[in-house]
Amino acid sequence: MSKKIKKEARVISQRMLSEGIYDMWLETPIAKDVKAGQFVGVYPVNKATLLPRPISICEVDTEKSAIRLVYRVVGSGTAEFALYQPDDYIMILGPLGNGFPLDKAAGKRAVVIGGGIGVPPLLETAKRLSAMDGSDKPASVSAVMGYRNSDTFLSDEFLNFAKLFIASEDGSVGTKGNVIDAMKACDVPCDVIFACGPMPMLKGISAFARERGIKAYLSLEERMACGVGACLGCVCKTKSVDEHSHVNNARICTDGPVFDADDLDL
Amino acid sequence: MNTAVEIAGVKFKNPVMTASGTFGSGMEYADFVDLNKLGAVVTKGVASVPWPGNPVPRVTEVYGGMLNAIGLQNPGIDVFIERDLKFLESYDTGVIVNVCGKTVEEYLEVVERLGEEKRVDMLEINVSCPNVKEGAIAFGQNKDALFDITSRIKKVAKQPIIMKLSPNVTSISEMAKAAEAAGADAISLINTITGMKIDIHKRKFALANKTGGMSGPAIKPVAVRMVYEASHAVKIPVIGMGGIATGEDAIEFIMAGATAVAVGAMNFHDPYATENVLNGIIEYMERYKVEDINELRGIV
Ligand SMILES: Cc1cc2nc3c(=O)[nH]c(=O)nc-3n(C[C@H](O)[C@H](O)[C@H](O)COP(=O)(O)OP(=O)(O)OC[C@H]3O[C@@H](n4cnc5c(N)ncnc54)[C@H](O)[C@@H]3O)c2cc1C
Ligand SMILES: Cc1cc2nc3c(=O)[nH]c(=O)nc-3n(C[C@H](O)[C@H](O)[C@H](O)COP(=O)(O)O)c2cc1C
Ligand code: FES
Repeated sequence: MSKKIKKEARVISQRMLSEGIYDMWLETPIAKDVKAGQFVGVYPVNKATLLPRPISICEVDTEKSAIRLVYRVVGSGTAEFALYQPDDYIMILGPLGNGFPLDKAAGKRAVVIGGGIGVPPLLETAKRLSAMDGSDKPASVSAVMGYRNSDTFLSDEFLNFAKLFIASEDGSVGTKGNVIDAMKACDVPCDVIFACGPMPMLKGISAFARERGIKAYLSLEERMACGVGACLGCVCKTKSVDEHSHVNNARICTDGPVFDADDLDL
Repeated sequence: MNTAVEIAGVKFKNPVMTASGTFGSGMEYADFVDLNKLGAVVTKGVASVPWPGNPVPRVTEVYGGMLNAIGLQNPGIDVFIERDLKFLESYDTGVIVNVCGKTVEEYLEVVERLGEEKRVDMLEINVSCPNVKEGAIAFGQNKDALFDITSRIKKVAKQPIIMKLSPNVTSISEMAKAAEAAGADAISLINTITGMKIDIHKRKFALANKTGGMSGPAIKPVAVRMVYEASHAVKIPVIGMGGIATGEDAIEFIMAGATAVAVGAMNFHDPYATENVLNGIIEYMERYKVEDINELRGIV
């Protein structure tokens, strides 16, 4: 695994992608060796805020040594990040976490599933899956993206890498309902799933995958402090004993955020 | 220039240590910090058997700090000796093992097991964790209970013992004196201050445990005051901690009476924090032409 660093990154660009959702490209050496599904810790400068904010890596441009973050403003830290302008510097820690095991898609019909602010890390995932060749190449790549309403941020970008299916809770775009409803309604070809989104969605995917004997890899979220596996703040329940504490508690920041759904006790 | 300090006959190359529970056993921070540069690595609390800890959310940010209610999740002494102590063997740094338990017997079991481990320089006995229901803090909030557990551990311990005190008491001096009278070789303080945060949007406690221990820069003035009071109440060395972020902060604790200091929550803010604190201490010594760090102890 690549060495973690904490270092200032240069803001290349930032724009508002849709209401309250920002899209920022950063130049950072972290970009050199990143896996799809990994994340960074982003530090607010406000001295009253101590902890890095975990934000998924949405896209990577290795040539420019750049990573892309897409985030929703929900509190003081993200509100501060939204003010950054090109050529400002922002402190980040990374790369953190394990990332999606893309090799599991070899020869299979792969589906990336994202819900709401869980969508961003799946863009790089879809991009890499579609770029694989030889024996690693998936038989097909589909993307199923779930949103609340017609604000389907980022979904258009998946068209470059995957066959796109959309679900919206209010029915304004695509299938009315959630991502599972869209999977069923559109009969999305599926042997392996890579997913990120809210817990109810992940539980639904886990049950769906179990029923059909499909492998699913889920990216989880939890409150974090260190982000590097030291504080034991960010655990999730696992079926077998975890390798760190031997108590069925894996650390989402280090052992995850991506887990084999079969290993989780959701 | 001398940065070395001595506690109960154990020599540390400098006074900068890691605060238990914030640095694992050093493994997770080896990407960032050269562990050989640290005075000591103080490891996460270890019990006789694995502990699962508390439900999540276990951590939350507060103004200038954080609350945690990890609940002392740990792999138990067997895995700890096999893995964590083995890992530390290859480093030239002090090793202090933090010990926790639910009953005195459980503490004694861990202390006895560690007695055979040559790599362990000292034991730090955590009688001050606010996040577990049984044991731990129950021993740290009553001076008779503290005296009792300290003397019983002292009888079986092969390494010198540090009693880690809770700030959640009326008189820290009384507690420090009880530990000293029972034979403690040193004391360390402060552990976290019990706090609470409510998420008013969700109308729920921010932590599943409802209460949590507060740490970080916001608690530093409380910690400095307590280190000052405790070090004036006893003759044994004091290890000071609570919100240390810079070399200046460390010097403040040393001037208040601490022989050594530990960096805790600030590791989460800055994984290089321990090394930065050490560099800051050295800069201070150069600036004020301090020949020996020990000259500054209790100077105010
Ligand atoms: C692995 C991982 C990847 C993530 N990726 C993204 C992403 O790509 N885009 C995005 O918009 N959001 C993402 N999040 C959620 C994001 O971390 C929070 O929205 C952000 O930390 C909020 O910070 P704040 O200061 O604005 O909010 P505040 O509420 O002021 O934050 C207070 C504290 O709570 C923590 N916190 C608040 N909400 C969350 C949350 N949902 N998850 C974890 N910690 C939280 C903060 O980090 C901070 O320590 C991710 C979370 C995790 C765990
Ligand atoms: C996440 C976390 C875990 C901790 N775990 C332990 C522990 O296992 N044993 C212990 O004695 N103290 C533990 N502490 C307390 C710290 O060692 C330290 O006493 C306290 O946090 C104050 O220092 P700080 O403000 O620099 O963090 C923990 C603190 C934090 C933040
Ligand atoms: S955030 Fe500290 S262990 Fe995961």
